[in-house]
Amino acid sequence: MTDAPTPPEHSTPPEHPAHAEHPAHAEHPAHAEHPAHAEPDQPRGRARLLAAWRPRATRAQLLAGLLCAVLGFALVVQVQQNQTGNLSTLRQSDLLVILDTVTKRSRSLEDQAQRLEQQRAQLQSGVDRAGAAQQAALQQLAAYEILTGTQPAQGPGIQLDIADPQITVSATTLLDAVEELRNAGAEAMQIGDVRIVASTSFADDPNRRGVLVDQQLVRPPYRVLVIGDPAALAPALEIPGGVLDALKQVNATGTQQRLGTVDVRAVHKLGALTYARPAPAPSP
Amino acid sequence: MIAALGLLVGIIAGLLLEPTVPLWLQPYLPIAVVAALDAVFGGLRAFLDGIFDDRVFTVSFLSNIVVAALIVYLGDQLGVGSQLSTGVVVVLGIRIFSNAAAIRRHVFKA
Repeated sequence: MTDAPTPPEHSTPPEHPAHAEHPAHAEHPAHAEHPAHAEPDQPRGRARLLAAWRPRATRAQLLAGLLCAVLGFALVVQVQQNQTGNLSTLRQSDLLVILDTVTKRSRSLEDQAQRLEQQRAQLQSGVDRAGAAQQAALQQLAAYEILTGTQPAQGPGIQLDIADPQITVSATTLLDAVEELRNAGAEAMQIGDVRIVASTSFADDPNRRGVLVDQQLVRPPYRVLVIGDPAALAPALEIPGGVLDALKQVNATGTQQRLGTVDVRAVHKLGALTYARPAPAPSP
Repeated sequence: MIAALGLLVGIIAGLLLEPTVPLWLQPYLPIAVVAALDAVFGGLRAFLDGIFDDRVFTVSFLSNIVVAALIVYLGDQLGVGSQLSTGVVVVLGIRIFSNAAAIRRHVFKA
């Protein structure tokens, strides 16, 4: 086994007993049982090896070939077995270690999965909440746009036509009518082509051609479009001493009709705010 | 020649057939393979020494396998299977090395 520098083949044997001609006799008694087989005039090992390559169908050759085939087969099978089903060949203690490791690993992975699941749920609910908030904001925006008169509106309501042949209806009367309708729950109104909003002004025209609504001249007959509950708006105009009575007193006639769909198309232009700013939200 | 051919045929057969080792054989096959390897190296050395005998080779091949399997079985029964397997592999490895050294001396004269 040792690779000590080996002397030439026939050096003095006593100094190198390990390299003696036939150490097999000591280590392989089984093979040493047939020294008679050895020819007196042996060819050297290499020549013998070359000679062995000539196939001879002797019993010895066939037997050795068969056993070598068995060895090769078993070798390959074992190697493949070792590469594939390695768990089944392990011993109990090794299997326990592996099981322990796998259990720990799976537990940590489960924890991780749970954390990620929670995170996902949080993000999901956050998205949902943001979507709901946006939806609510949009609805609120639409309501505000109608209330401030910046967008056309549509809905059930009434149409009030005021015939005023002698231009006797004053701005005050029209304002009374608007207030009465607001009290009755009107949500969007227009007189002529002017949208009525919170800041709308009413003034008598100095030249008595009609009424100035938001500085715009509106000539009779006045057509008032109102969106609201018709069943509440119509009686509000008809009450004794109400708008219709007041119109009759000044020789004007008001006629109203309930409509399923009223289109308030006029819009009010918002001016830029000069002074008012949104107040910061009170900190909780 | 025929021995080398047989080894080749066995390897190819194992690669092509890809058999699964039965469960009862699994602990013994690796040791048996190492023992058979030892027998083959011993046989090759004896052949180069000019004292090869087919009967001796066959008997040593088979007995090596049986004894190795028996030792592993006994070790498993006694609860020292892994240690005994290691011991058998070490001993067989030493023998394979010494046989290989003898073969080397024959072939390379060194």
